[in-house]
Amino acid sequence: MEHNFIYNLINNEVIAIIAISLLPLIFVLIYALIAILGELKIASFVQERLGPMRTGPWGIIQPVAEVVKLIQKEDITPSAADKKLFNMAPYIMFIGAYAAFAVIPFSSAFVPANINVGLFFLFAVGAFAIIGIVMGGWASNNKYSLLGAMRSASQIISYEIPAGIALLTIAALAGTLNLQELIEAQSGWFWNWFLFGGDGSVWKIFVLPFTFSLFLIFLVSSLAETNRTPFDIPEGESEIVAGYHTEYSGIKFAMFFFAEYANMFVISALITILFLGGWNSPFGEFLGGPIWGVFWFIIKAFFFVFVQIWLRWTLPRLRVDQLMYMSWKVLVPFSFLCFFAISLWAMLK
Amino acid sequence: MKDYIRKIWLGIYTVLIGMGITFKHLFAKKVTNQYPDRWHPIDENFIGRRSFYKGDEKRGDIPPNSRNRIFLDIDLCNGCMGCVRACPVNCITVETLKVVPGDNVQPLKDGSKRGLWVTKYDIDFAKCCFCSLCVDPCPTNAIMMTPEFEYSSYDRKDLVYRFSDMTEEEIKEKKQLLEKFQAEKKKEAAAKKAAQPKQDVTKETKGEVEKGDE
Repeated sequence: MEHNFIYNLINNEVIAIIAISLLPLIFVLIYALIAILGELKIASFVQERLGPMRTGPWGIIQPVAEVVKLIQKEDITPSAADKKLFNMAPYIMFIGAYAAFAVIPFSSAFVPANINVGLFFLFAVGAFAIIGIVMGGWASNNKYSLLGAMRSASQIISYEIPAGIALLTIAALAGTLNLQELIEAQSGWFWNWFLFGGDGSVWKIFVLPFTFSLFLIFLVSSLAETNRTPFDIPEGESEIVAGYHTEYSGIKFAMFFFAEYANMFVISALITILFLGGWNSPFGEFLGGPIWGVFWFIIKAFFFVFVQIWLRWTLPRLRVDQLMYMSWKVLVPFSFLCFFAISLWAMLK
Repeated sequence: MKDYIRKIWLGIYTVLIGMGITFKHLFAKKVTNQYPDRWHPIDENFIGRRSFYKGDEKRGDIPPNSRNRIFLDIDLCNGCMGCVRACPVNCITVETLKVVPGDNVQPLKDGSKRGLWVTKYDIDFAKCCFCSLCVDPCPTNAIMMTPEFEYSSYDRKDLVYRFSDMTEEEIKEKKQLLEKFQAEKKKEAAAKKAAQPKQDVTKETKGEVEKGDE
């Protein structure tokens, strides 16, 4: 367990495991509060408003108030709903989002589980979200919920192909599925990041356009997988009320809410790991090391969370046919092209 | 094929333009005015105009001819009840006492003689419909509409405004004075009656009607 400092600190294995599994949970809860506030504030700043200003100084306690409100609310289960599935769905979705944190390397000295198929695990666990969505949509016994769930299923399945190919390409380039090794392969200055073609000689200038477009492909398809705007047609308010969570209220809605924000961080972390060198400092050894690693990792991931929020308040929602066009006619062929080009480069290197 | 590439290029390019616009707005000056903390200035020209009785000139203003809270200058009110009769929603309650002759009474602000003490002048702004009908019948221009609109309160009772500046003791004193005066008048009338027993019946009843009016 060289990649986990908590094991080295605590002798008792049981306590160490509990501590390791609790650490991401605490992080998710704190992060969710920050992200909710960020969403509110960025939304209002883009519209030249001030946003929440009354709860605490500059409204910084607003997310706490919102979570407390959601927890206080009545927990309604519709009488016609399938109670077991209905009650399970939000928790399954949250479990999917939280399980992804098991392999996210926050620093060279801390990753909860340093498994060799980390990339594969992340991708597999990411698909939990769609089970939760379809489950909730079906069990709600509501037209809008079912429509939202169906839209979500078709959307996530479509976009999982370009996202999967992007992951595959990076795995081919790095020659590993282990996230720590993937990040170590990008160490050094920022031009060693996979966004800029990875480690290599000047000739990597030929592979750079492909890795860069792969980055765009992965950014777009991961946005679509988390149902964020402009790909939020599963919860399009103007068409199908709130989609799969129309019937949810109180703590169960809060669970969906948390899962969405946790998923936002997971995909931001994934983009960071795959393309931006994870916990590596952009300036070689300068400000390197395990403690600065946490800083760099969180800064990079938060930047992509910010980009997602930024995009949400820039772009309108796509139409369903536009969504399918984009996935099957643009992203899939281009991701194949990138896959062939980068694999060839990886072979020749 | 050319169209396909163009579409992809436009897709990326227009998204970047949009993101640039939103990024600019992210740091632009915010238009929100924190209203209860800071007044929203509507027009520089209006500043100070509504403050004719409040003296608060730093805040902005709404149009000076806007009809909002009513203001009554009690020093001008002669208690004619014109506003009470004009009010369509009966939100004005006025009670008056007749001024006893010989009482040292200040004239009204406009110099005219005060005939009635206004012991009670209440306007219930929870009922008021801001129609301005009470303003027109006022002979002394005591009642007027002001642009003041921030007077919401937590209790409905706080919306009943009491404009009369007479204290309880003053009202009591004036009441006693009036009663004394009326009793004296009655006595006088009775004495007169006793002194002139052979009076015309019709004249006597007429005098009593007059007394009842008071």
